[in-house]
Amino acid sequence: MRIFNKLKRAAVAASLVLSVAVPAAHADEQYFPLQSYRVGPYAAGGTGFFGGFIDYLNLINTRDGGVNGVKLTWSEGETQYEVERGVEVYERLKNNPGVAAWNPLSVGIAYAMIDRITQDKVPLVTINHGRTDSTDGRVFPYVFPLLLNPYSETSGIVNYIASKEGGLDSLKGKKIAVLYHGSPYGKETIPIYELLAKKYGFELQQIEVPHPGNEQQAQWLTIRRAKPDYVVLRGWGVMNPVALKSAAKVGFPVDHIVGNVWSNSEEDAIPAGDAAKGYTAITTQASGAEYPVVKEIIKTLYDNGKGNLEDKSRIGSVYHNLGIVNGILNVEAIRIAQEKFGKRTLTGDEVRWGFEHLQLDPARVEALGAKDLFHSINVTWDNHEGNGYVTFQQWDGKKWNVVSDWIAPDWALLRPIIEKSAEAYAKEKGIKLRTSEDQVTATN
Amino acid sequence: MPVATLEVSAPLRMLHWLYPVLLLGCAYLIIPIIGTNYLFEAILLPFLALSLAGVGLNILTGYAGQVSLGSAAFLAVGAFAAYNFNLRVEGLPLIGCIVLAGFAAAAIGIVFGLPSLRLKGFYLAVSTLAAQFFVQWALTKFNWFSDNSASGVIDAPLLSVAGVAFNGAVRRYLFSLTVVTLLTLFAYRLVSSQTGRNFIAVRDNEAAARIIGVPVLKTKLVAFAISSFIIGVAGVLWAFTYLRTVEPAGFNLDRSFQILFIIIIGGLASIRGAFFGAALLVVSPLILSRLGSFLLGDLFNSGVLEMSQRIVLGVLIILFLILEPDGLVSLWDRIRKRTIARLKKR
Repeated sequence: MRIFNKLKRAAVAASLVLSVAVPAAHADEQYFPLQSYRVGPYAAGGTGFFGGFIDYLNLINTRDGGVNGVKLTWSEGETQYEVERGVEVYERLKNNPGVAAWNPLSVGIAYAMIDRITQDKVPLVTINHGRTDSTDGRVFPYVFPLLLNPYSETSGIVNYIASKEGGLDSLKGKKIAVLYHGSPYGKETIPIYELLAKKYGFELQQIEVPHPGNEQQAQWLTIRRAKPDYVVLRGWGVMNPVALKSAAKVGFPVDHIVGNVWSNSEEDAIPAGDAAKGYTAITTQASGAEYPVVKEIIKTLYDNGKGNLEDKSRIGSVYHNLGIVNGILNVEAIRIAQEKFGKRTLTGDEVRWGFEHLQLDPARVEALGAKDLFHSINVTWDNHEGNGYVTFQQWDGKKWNVVSDWIAPDWALLRPIIEKSAEAYAKEKGIKLRTSEDQVTATN
Repeated sequence: MPVATLEVSAPLRMLHWLYPVLLLGCAYLIIPIIGTNYLFEAILLPFLALSLAGVGLNILTGYAGQVSLGSAAFLAVGAFAAYNFNLRVEGLPLIGCIVLAGFAAAAIGIVFGLPSLRLKGFYLAVSTLAAQFFVQWALTKFNWFSDNSASGVIDAPLLSVAGVAFNGAVRRYLFSLTVVTLLTLFAYRLVSSQTGRNFIAVRDNEAAARIIGVPVLKTKLVAFAISSFIIGVAGVLWAFTYLRTVEPAGFNLDRSFQILFIIIIGGLASIRGAFFGAALLVVSPLILSRLGSFLLGDLFNSGVLEMSQRIVLGVLIILFLILEPDGLVSLWDRIRKRTIARLKKR
């Protein structure tokens, strides 16, 4: 029983700790609650992304003394990419003062938060992923799938293949196979590929790989029989290197495999070894450390031992740069909102206004030291994706090299589908569609 | 000494009823007043849903002796069934959806309980894995279950019973608490009824049970049905009151193991045990995580902390099982008895 008494004492101590662990409020601070994941199956993505995000916030604090004097703060809660933990961290961190925006980098957690953040009036940023129809700002005022939603990604990949074949007209009669992860994420783009196949007249075969995807012999034999011109890899985690290795085994040329935005990292290519050499994948942000903003992060933070990544060789990797771009977008949204509301701690709804006016043209991107890192963004009150451009990079066995121009997805084609889905959601939930007048001011 | 036993057991019997009533009074009247949003959203709502799932699994595994690794599948069936009944049957009240979802889970439970007529122990556990994988696969494969939502993740509808909306955290908690209380009462009555005794007879010695006239096959299927019904309703609570979103991936094998651990740690064949076990598994990781980041947060990043918490939690569970193989519930009973004995001495 002695052990039990000790445990009881520990529990009492713990509850005392819990009651004092909330940081005190300071004037002029903007706080980022981070639902990070540094443990578990997706830790590689989590450490890179949140490392880059924190590095950029840290750079703004160290170099500029914050955003117009407003210091950026943050704290992390580990989610392991699990929805319940994400919700727990949300409830734990949301009462800290000056919350700017949430950036969970997890579809599941983002879904569970939509109701909550809408009620709390704080933006939720799901860069490069998330619920496609949340692009429609009329229905989802606080959700921002910045740069690239899954539909745009699909269109961008098809446009890239067309550009390699000599234009959209030459897609006619070509054969494309899509190898997708057997999960809601993997299946999300099925109707869009079908739509594009019909529109451009290419032959389409979509093949499912059951989760987790460490066995793909059957799928690749099917592909060998069908002899497609291109294989699109819509993978996740271990499925990606296994796909590349299996492709090599059946003799499918790796330079005709195009990876999607969650199959595009070093962690996807390196484990496949030589089989990945020549593999191409879509991205919204180029990798590499040669961009001025990344160089400044190295100079200001890593050279002084203040960088967030433990493994310095990951500086400039796909996930790290995605985190940096995410940092730029968050910070610029705050800066834009400050122009309107004053250079002070903003409320969540004011930051939402900032995101809805987050317009960074290539000149502004260059001024931020991110020329060629990402192209531009143009968020409006009703378009929460912001028309991000995509580029394609090829794996040379050691690193990614950009092999295409910046490519625009066919936003006009996709918009009606997104609106239809968003309107259905609005009807189900009894949400009144916003008009452009509703976005002007911020409440709370 | 029979006389002494009688003396002790009389106040004990009174306490037997006093405790739950006090507890419920506290849960209904005091907690809603003093509780914070965090307490409801992050602790009590998952605790209630998992406790109920534990009660359900305990009927099957603890009382009837049929090991199941498919609990998460029945949670999923409950959640998705309630969602679809609510969506597709116009005018069906919420309670109706929940009850029908329970029956849907029970039906699936009976189907996957059929192997129990031939299989025992580990073999049965493995065959219940089929439920785990099949249900998750079917829910991902057929978009109809998630109303053809592009991403397969669905939103829970607003809760309302007879025109009263249960939208705030406190109200959702009260709703959840009521459902859990009712089903727990049902489970209490069940295990002391003839059916409950049949469960125990089948668990302890199947051949003997058959000889004294217990319908073994029927008993097993009834256990699967009732257990799955309760777990299905727990799934509705998990999806509708706690997460308010449902995705098939949330009901994976880990969740099944979590529920199994709840009843093993809490105490097999004990309704209270499910609550003890759920409390330990829900609350202790949070306390450890907060304590860890408070004490060591500046020295290590959250990844290292998380790993060490897992180790600590694992060690704690092993210690509990070694020191108290009958689960937290028997630890609790011993403490209570000792306290009473001490009070009597004075």
